[in-house]
Amino acid sequence: MEIIMSVIIGFLFAGAVYLMLSRSLLRVIIGTGLLSHGAHLLILTMGGFGGDAPPVLTDGVTDFVDPLPQALILTAIVISFGVTAFFLVMAYRAYQELETDNMKLLKGNDEYD
Amino acid sequence: MINLLLFPVLIPFLTAMILMFFPKKVHAQRTVVIIGLAGSVAAAVWLLATVMTDGIQAVTLGSWPAPFGITMVSDPLSAGLVLTSNLITLFIAWYSFRSIGEGRERHFYYPAMMFMLTGINGAFTTGDIFNMFVFFEVLLMASYVLIVLGGEKRQLRESIKYILVNVISSAFFVTTVAMLYSVTGTLNMADISAKVSEIGQSGILTVIAVMLILVFGLKGAIFPLYFWLPGSYAAPPVPVLALFGALLTKVGVYSITRTVTLLLPNDPGFTHELLMVLAVLTIIAGCIGALAYFDLKQIIIYNIIIAVGVILFGVAQMNSAGLEGAVFYLIHDMLIKAALFMLIGVIIAVTGTSNLREMGGLMKTHPGLAWTWLIAAFGLAGIPPLSGFFGKLLIVEGAFEADNLWGGVIILASSLVVLLSVIRIFIHAFWGEPQPIAGVSAKVYRSLFIPAALLTAVTVFYGVGTEWLRPVMTDAAEILHEPSIYIDAVLKE
Repeated sequence: MEIIMSVIIGFLFAGAVYLMLSRSLLRVIIGTGLLSHGAHLLILTMGGFGGDAPPVLTDGVTDFVDPLPQALILTAIVISFGVTAFFLVMAYRAYQELETDNMKLLKGNDEYD
Repeated sequence: MINLLLFPVLIPFLTAMILMFFPKKVHAQRTVVIIGLAGSVAAAVWLLATVMTDGIQAVTLGSWPAPFGITMVSDPLSAGLVLTSNLITLFIAWYSFRSIGEGRERHFYYPAMMFMLTGINGAFTTGDIFNMFVFFEVLLMASYVLIVLGGEKRQLRESIKYILVNVISSAFFVTTVAMLYSVTGTLNMADISAKVSEIGQSGILTVIAVMLILVFGLKGAIFPLYFWLPGSYAAPPVPVLALFGALLTKVGVYSITRTVTLLLPNDPGFTHELLMVLAVLTIIAGCIGALAYFDLKQIIIYNIIIAVGVILFGVAQMNSAGLEGAVFYLIHDMLIKAALFMLIGVIIAVTGTSNLREMGGLMKTHPGLAWTWLIAAFGLAGIPPLSGFFGKLLIVEGAFEADNLWGGVIILASSLVVLLSVIRIFIHAFWGEPQPIAGVSAKVYRSLFIPAALLTAVTVFYGVGTEWLRPVMTDAAEILHEPSIYIDAVLKE
């Protein structure tokens, strides 16, 4: 099971890298979404898939799933949710102000602003 | 007072929350910010005094036993860094009153600043690797707000790149934590360190250490990963630039120092060789950038990169002289970079440009500014009575002790380049024919110049009072060198 998950996570990372290297800003943001999915699944996988019962105290159950990775993922999900929301709004503002979503055109320095 | 070490984290946090209630009342915002920061500085001084008299302070939140709860740890290094960041933020908040403009002040500028300080103090104090990730996100989120606040075209363009780089490095950080958890089964840094020294260091731990160097190197701008920094830091206004330049990269440097010394007590060979090579390349890249530009901001921004390289070179020596020098230089560099950015802010306000070719002759009109700049420049380069000297001396001593002759020579040569780059600013801006200047009223000039000059005075004091500050640095270096002290303090064995 861990092997299958690792391969899937590898594909998610590959897709994320491919999308983040593209020109359109929206594709880049979709890439960051895939990247955080991959990272979250990796925490789950690295915690191991042992245990039968969900980590809720029940009488008669002794073999629980490791609760720590689930708490870490929950934290990481809300953080990446907040960052993604901010990033999307900023991409929208940048589209309004700069009138492009092509990353190649987002160049410039002091002399050529 | 067992919760003392949480005060520098909680006071800015509470101040930020209070500030959220009345964003439009600018004067009340300024008053509350100064009160909050003064309280936070006082708490940090008290904390440092306690750490020096009673040893490492550690508290595990919620009274859980040590590896199971989140531990906050304050040793001389983190207490010193917390005090320095609070002090710098205090001066920059004061400097912001005249320079940031009311528009930004009305739109949550001060709350964002305080949230960033919360994240920075938390990242310096935490003893838990995932908690460190969370505090990193706290400071990064606040820095996203600060970098884009105002919404100029240039800011929007550069902050997209800044956010993208940091999102990627955060995902990488999560990946690294996941791998570390699967190897050691714990997240508490002291417990990880104890487990590593029990089971011995396997190849996978070296891989994880290299991943950590990549993650924190992306935040702290080391050689192949500094590409985002010059563009992004030049976009926001000067007070924000001063905050970023003084504090943000140093959190990455601190994290590399902490994790590399804690996680790899047994076999530092490969990773420290790698760190040393990267540090030297960072210095060289920074030197090239610092000489290449005629733009005030860019010159000092590349000086940040040089300093990051120098500090990490000291850490990579792994002997007590090198580590002590790195700690000395880290705090010196935070203070001096904040002072330099504030001073170039004054120069830009006076001349109305950041292009060196368009300014000159300020010595006649602003002699106080000129001499303060000269003192800060000498301090940055490490001229003996000033602040940069002792740290670099120890780092070079450490390099010679560890037989890294060429590295020590490059450090010394880089000092000359640093001196040249800042003296070039002095020559172009202050000597020569007076150029027409935009000019600011004497009142505005004074209120910008006084905080900058006072912070420069603090750096001079830091250099002159070396003997008095040295016990803090020696203790900090000893704990970095001997992780068992840290482990014992946290796990209370």
